[in-house]
Amino acid sequence: MVNVCIMIGFGINSDYESQYAFELAGADIVQRVHVNDFIHKRDSLENYQILMFPGGFSFGDYLGAGTVLANKFKYTLRKDLNQFIEDGKLIFGVCNGFQVLVKMGILPGFQGELFKQTVSLIGNKSGFFEDRWVKLKTLKSRCIWTRDYAPILEIPVRHGEGRFVAKSKSIIDQLWEKGMIPFVYDPNEYPNNPNGSTDGIAGICDETGQVFGMMPHPECHLTKFNHPQWTRGNAPEENGLKIFQNAVKYAQNHL
Amino acid sequence: MENVHRIEVGISVDSNVHAAIKHDLDITTVSKVEKIKVYTIEGGNLTFDQLSKLGKEVFSDPITEQFAIDSPLARNFDGTILEIGFKPGVTDNVGMTAVQAISDAINVDVDGVYTSEQFLLHNCDTATAENIAKNLLANNLIQRWEIKSGKMIDEFNPTVPKVILNQKPEVKEINLDVSDEELLQISQENVLALNLEEMKAIRDHFHQEKEERLKLGLPPNPTDVELECLAQTWSEHCKHKIFNAKIEYYEEGEKKETIDSLFKTYIRAATEQINSPYLVSVFKDNAGVIKFNDDFTVAMKVETHNSPTALDPYGGALTGIVGCNRDPAGTGKGFKLIFNTDVFCFASPFYNGKIPPRLFHPRRVLKGVHKGVIDGGNQSGIPTVNGSLYFDSRYLGKPLVFVGTGGIAPAKINDKFTHEKSPKPGDFVVMCGGKIGADGIHGATFSSLEINENSPATAVQIGAPIVQKNMLDFLLKARDLDLFNAITDNGAGGLSSSVGEMGQEIGARLDLEKPPLKYPGLMPWEILVSEAQERMTVAVPPEKIEQFMELSEKFEVESTIVGEFNNSKHFQLYYQNEIVGNISMDFLHEGTPQKKMIGKWNSLKGLDPEFPAPKSMASMLKRMLGRLNICSKEEAIVRRYDHEVQGGSIIKPFMGKHNDGPSDAAVIRPILNSWEGLVISHGICPRYSDIDTYWMVANAIDEAVRNAVCVGANPNYLAGLDNFCWAMGFSQEDEEKYTGMLVRANKALYDITTSFKVPCISGKDSMKNDYRIEDTKVSVPPTLLFSVIGKIPDIRKSISLDVKHEGDLIYILGITKQELGASEYIDELKLSGFNSIPRVNPSAAIIRYRKLFTAINEGIICSSHDCSDGGLGVALAESAFAGDYGIEIHLNAVPTEGILRDDVLLFSESPSRIIVTINPKDLEKFENIMKDTITACIGKVIGRKFIVYSNSKDEKIILNEPIEELKKAWQSTLSVLVEGGE
Repeated sequence: MVNVCIMIGFGINSDYESQYAFELAGADIVQRVHVNDFIHKRDSLENYQILMFPGGFSFGDYLGAGTVLANKFKYTLRKDLNQFIEDGKLIFGVCNGFQVLVKMGILPGFQGELFKQTVSLIGNKSGFFEDRWVKLKTLKSRCIWTRDYAPILEIPVRHGEGRFVAKSKSIIDQLWEKGMIPFVYDPNEYPNNPNGSTDGIAGICDETGQVFGMMPHPECHLTKFNHPQWTRGNAPEENGLKIFQNAVKYAQNHL
Repeated sequence: MENVHRIEVGISVDSNVHAAIKHDLDITTVSKVEKIKVYTIEGGNLTFDQLSKLGKEVFSDPITEQFAIDSPLARNFDGTILEIGFKPGVTDNVGMTAVQAISDAINVDVDGVYTSEQFLLHNCDTATAENIAKNLLANNLIQRWEIKSGKMIDEFNPTVPKVILNQKPEVKEINLDVSDEELLQISQENVLALNLEEMKAIRDHFHQEKEERLKLGLPPNPTDVELECLAQTWSEHCKHKIFNAKIEYYEEGEKKETIDSLFKTYIRAATEQINSPYLVSVFKDNAGVIKFNDDFTVAMKVETHNSPTALDPYGGALTGIVGCNRDPAGTGKGFKLIFNTDVFCFASPFYNGKIPPRLFHPRRVLKGVHKGVIDGGNQSGIPTVNGSLYFDSRYLGKPLVFVGTGGIAPAKINDKFTHEKSPKPGDFVVMCGGKIGADGIHGATFSSLEINENSPATAVQIGAPIVQKNMLDFLLKARDLDLFNAITDNGAGGLSSSVGEMGQEIGARLDLEKPPLKYPGLMPWEILVSEAQERMTVAVPPEKIEQFMELSEKFEVESTIVGEFNNSKHFQLYYQNEIVGNISMDFLHEGTPQKKMIGKWNSLKGLDPEFPAPKSMASMLKRMLGRLNICSKEEAIVRRYDHEVQGGSIIKPFMGKHNDGPSDAAVIRPILNSWEGLVISHGICPRYSDIDTYWMVANAIDEAVRNAVCVGANPNYLAGLDNFCWAMGFSQEDEEKYTGMLVRANKALYDITTSFKVPCISGKDSMKNDYRIEDTKVSVPPTLLFSVIGKIPDIRKSISLDVKHEGDLIYILGITKQELGASEYIDELKLSGFNSIPRVNPSAAIIRYRKLFTAINEGIICSSHDCSDGGLGVALAESAFAGDYGIEIHLNAVPTEGILRDDVLLFSESPSRIIVTINPKDLEKFENIMKDTITACIGKVIGRKFIVYSNSKDEKIILNEPIEELKKAWQSTLSVLVEGGE
């Protein structure tokens, strides 16, 4: 049985389409669970193999995108999350969810540095919220979620704070060396790199490949009729669904 | 200050503000702008260690930011520091979140957190900084600012903008046994917006009730609570007194008829006559409801928020959109919100004349409104799928902001219809969401008045989308668990309207000391009518109250029992267990005296004057493409909205080879595992009102329907929403003129909607869009926004506007006439005296639209595009460059009435025309479907140039322009609005 938890509450908003994506991908049970159900022990992370932090505006992005929700988790559910990762289970964050994972410090979460923030997602270089479709290049990486992807994936971005930056160049180097960068914007220039991310980084995973976060929205490209070129017959074969399928397949085989 | 601390966080470069200083204020001396965020924390007796933890983990980003506690972060520099914060009582969303974040981090509940922003303006003197504050960054209605030199940084003293009201709550009797003059004075002084007749009706009613009142312990005259309650309920905003008035109507100086309510005679009558089988709930709830399929219904509402927007563009627009969201959310037992729309009417952002007092420059209005709708929609997770901007200099006095929202709900929950609601006697009145403050007091009555020097600043509010999102998440869950019998939103008139309306059939008691307040000291009448945002009122049966409250707590939503529904047939108002009001529901809702008005209409006469044809058709087309009402809004406006969230985006705002062609309408898929879709579109053409509001309305409806049909909507499955934004002018004569125009407009609405069989399901009016301060008087052009929601049976058959393949044939559907009156072309030429307004032939148009739907379903339409502002020339250019192909057009093939000049053919705005392209192999099939309607093949898709052959005998080439050049002309107009960035 593959049980997926989609986190909801406090301004998270891409929960329904994320739920649908996992259902299409073949998960057995996909539940939308309020953050407070975990904090107040009405539910437990133990019950799930896959945990997703969907996009949205948790706490309005006030005090920094994802910061308040990340702190809430870190202060109350640190142990449970730690256990979840140690059990080899899968975590996915998209957009605001990615920001939460980064601010919580479980991405990149280098060994010994779990729950310590080492990278950030800050205001787009344009200074604006950007809603546009972008092309991502798939890189060889240790990420479980992006296995067997076609070289190019087209999906939309919708964010104001998606610029990936690190405290130092050595952190970026480590991410490259350890194969922790599954997706980059390609071409790496505005507007295809919509935010000015360092090296065009669109998503990163942890060293185990289990935990993965990205700014663009794979759950918004699940059929060719979502693609802006579909009326021209130009929609590519590859869409966002495989990310969810990879996770479900992995959970079926390993968890 | 004791127990107050400042944490400063930063420093970041703000190139957008820098660019705005340069472009919007023409100040080029400022060399750099940096920003520091300031948090002033009150209470909690915080230690330095605690403050450090907060600085590090809560307020700053450890990767990119630094922080300073109780000391300035800025270092000496050449320039000035401008610090901007809120005035007391203004919603501070970041501050409210910070209180919670502090509690999460150190388990201490502080009294409050107040945010402000510091701008470090390099190479800027104090006077320039003052100018920047006043004219760009701050609004003195809601914000305060302080300026210091950057040279010797002294500390800014912490400021705590806390509301302190030194008044004891009390209830006053208002003596209405006074002269007429004094009655009017009472109305004016208290911002009641009641006229003499209404004041007298209230006085007489209370006379009759005297004995009954004495028995209850109430004074013979109304209390302030009662009078305010009546004023809100009877306001133009809530009661639509003009649309329900009895109007003596004169045409060309002769009395034509007496109309007993425009709404009943034209709008509702049309819907009743059309009586479409898919109508579910119309004109009675917060939004109109139609059937989507057997399992789901959809609701839609469009609102305006003009007066608050004029005072504070950002807060007004934000409150507008999140307020409109509460309409479908408060319809029936509540709908899940699935899309937003927005249409703005402004003066030109390039306006360079004088700005009258209390108004903002139109560019500031545009940017503020835009940001408000961005934040409101994006933060709520609702895609903004359709909209437009319309520019006319007369919107300087009152910008118009139309915001729409759609929702979806299961047709039935627990075997009860979701679109129905009725509170039962014994149900608790529960208020959910935000707390009540003085903000928004008199919103309903204020919007019914023209803006003048005494406009209350409390009409300005800032919405809190996240508070609302939490509340609506909770209420949807409660709905699915069947925990309540009725729900409605607290919008105009606050609790007075929501409880008064819900209890209309039965009666209700409201205890005014019970609603949670933002700060003490509010008068009972203020609590009753406050329009503080993010609140819903719910009728919860006693046996479900416990479960309802538990769920509310889990979602961290504040819910409070504030009264109960009963069988009294009265609105019973209590304060600390003492009765302070008792108004019969019947009088409250039916007691408004019918307004009497006179409407006069005189047509404009005279033939169009002669004028020379343009020398270069290419440069004229480029000028037209660059016009404000035609140019691309993509980068400056639309890409800032989230239109993809919820995963159902099918026809996006921009489509085509490079995702940059302007779509006619939106198609979304609200149920992700079904191919059935919704189409959302609109039509608006206010300038036509200068000639005849009848044809203004006819064209707006035709445009909305045409746009929907272009993307593939079923023309037999559409519903309309009418939003009238009118003016009444400044004299009796003005009022009669505008009323006459309103009658004409409603006649058109009836004629066109019945002919099209497109019923209206909901509407709203904002009747006084006039501005007068000192000698400046401006009235908006009478404006109808007609929105359409419709069904597309299979989204896989949707059509986009861009031409698709070289060799495809280009057809025009419909006839082109010399109809230049009030057109974009005539305005571009700055000519006047043109009365040849485009006239809709609705019976011919709807047949054409139905045939196009058949052709779309046959799968033989490659592209289709609406032909409206700027006419054929503009529509063809857009389709061509969106598809990244050239086209060849033969103007002599265009079906016309009479022989038309080339420029008239290209720019006349004759209605009901559509450009489509098909594959040549489908020619016979297509022409067969379209036979008996006016349709002609006028050219083909070829190469990379826009080539036009003249209508004259020689058929010479009059236009031969690379499509890139046309696209550039179309895209560059608004680019200055998005300059900046790093």
